[in-house]
Amino acid sequence: MQYMCLIYAKEGVGPQPGTPEFGAFMKAYMDFGETVQKAGKFVAGDALQPVSTATSVAVRGGNTETTDGPFAETKEQLGGYYILDCDDLDEAIKYAAMIPSAEHGRIEVRPVMIFD
Amino acid sequence: MLPLSTPERIIERTVREEWGRILAALVKSVGDFQLAEDCLQEALAIALDKWRRDGLPDSPAAWLLTAARRKAIDRLRREQNFSSKQGDIAYLMDLENSAAAAAAADEGGEGDDTAIPDKRLEMIFTCCHPALEQKTRIALTLRTLGGLTTEEIAAAFLDRPQAMAQRLVRAKKKIKLAGIPYEIPELDVLPERISSVLSVIYLIFNEGYSASSGDSPVRADLCDEAIRLARIVAQLLPEECEVAGLLALMLLHDSRRLTRTDDEGALIPLEHQNRRRWDRGKIDQGSQLLHQVLPKDRLGPYQLQAAISAVHAQSSSWKETDWHQIEALYALLYQINPSPVIRLNQSLALSYTRSPADALSMLEEAATSGALENYQPFYAAKADLLARAGQKQEAEESYRSAITLSDNDSERQFLEEKLTALKNGSAADAG
Repeated sequence: MQYMCLIYAKEGVGPQPGTPEFGAFMKAYMDFGETVQKAGKFVAGDALQPVSTATSVAVRGGNTETTDGPFAETKEQLGGYYILDCDDLDEAIKYAAMIPSAEHGRIEVRPVMIFD
Repeated sequence: MLPLSTPERIIERTVREEWGRILAALVKSVGDFQLAEDCLQEALAIALDKWRRDGLPDSPAAWLLTAARRKAIDRLRREQNFSSKQGDIAYLMDLENSAAAAAAADEGGEGDDTAIPDKRLEMIFTCCHPALEQKTRIALTLRTLGGLTTEEIAAAFLDRPQAMAQRLVRAKKKIKLAGIPYEIPELDVLPERISSVLSVIYLIFNEGYSASSGDSPVRADLCDEAIRLARIVAQLLPEECEVAGLLALMLLHDSRRLTRTDDEGALIPLEHQNRRRWDRGKIDQGSQLLHQVLPKDRLGPYQLQAAISAVHAQSSSWKETDWHQIEALYALLYQINPSPVIRLNQSLALSYTRSPADALSMLEEAATSGALENYQPFYAAKADLLARAGQKQEAEESYRSAITLSDNDSERQFLEEKLTALKNGSAADAG
């Protein structure tokens, strides 16, 4: 099964660029990337630009409504994601817990829907 | 064996005793919770007809499993329509082979209950998976391993049957879509997952225990059910001391079931219970379990709480209770789980080993965090200690706070009686 691991964290919380902690944090992400690649679990993964760059799109009554910002005002923002190919939820949880941002943010694990 | 082995009775008994075992094996082999349950229901309906006509099979449970598995294969085959992926066809063939093997064994007269693979442990880990909501875990465990009907579970939790049915359907859907496995968890997460299973079982027990006022028999059933589930888990995980600890704890608590309330359903505290009516059989079983696990020196909160309960069970009266031991056990428990509620209980023991005044200072210290601010037992305990320390006015005040915070009629009544006794200067409860 494919699981999408959505990385939510408060922007500005956690290791910030320019601090010594940030180097270790990035290294931890690289290590995680290597771990899931080697284990054959990696499908895709990206980091996202900050939420201030987000645009929401909705179509209502045939009109495209474009608004600034994310869909909902929440304390934690989506900062990136991985798609991992895992045997079951327990395995997906195991890998999600290795994502460095899990230490200060939270990872939402969602199965990817398969259309057949 | 029952004297009258009618098909109805056999089915009733098989469902009662073997439902969890059959369903777990079926889910494990067809890989779909809802499908397995639907097919088992269908098999039950056919069984009644067939057994009336042709007589009983050697093993009703194995017969039901085989019949349900065949139903499942039929349904899967219809869904796949032979046009689907290679993998699914291979899977179906595997299933059919195992069904055929089981059927052959059954016809050969070898189909006894032991032929059903025991997958209940895998199943209980699925039902108690932390990805499910706590209440859902409880309901699913009762339905799947306890074999309680949706209506019975709804009644126990004062829910509408419709709402409970929806909850169960949603849970099975989530298990399927999110890929919650039917497996015993890996070692690194096993302790945490066992603790989730144990807390579900203990919640089931407490749901029955705190409401065992006698007006709803299903709720007293919950205590029995929790004990039965703990026995199954203890049998499947014999090395886990906390499993035995929880089983012991529930047996020891349950030994007092009949003496906890009076004829009107009002609560009787431990101090005033008729100890001669405690269930000696359950006390012996609980104590024996503790004797087996405590020397292994892998203490946990359930074992310690059971040990405390055992000290009470072995005391001939409130006065004769070994409060030193109880206080020491609470101190150990506090080390593992530094909760102000445990301190509260420890302070009560301390009031007998030392003095109510010493107990009061321990209690006040525990309350500094503010966590006990709206906790009724805190004010009841404080009132009792104050009264025994001779601070009558403050004691009355504390009783009033406890009464305001109580959300249970019989408890409120009990507290009001204490307050009246205090006002009238009765020394009965003043220790």
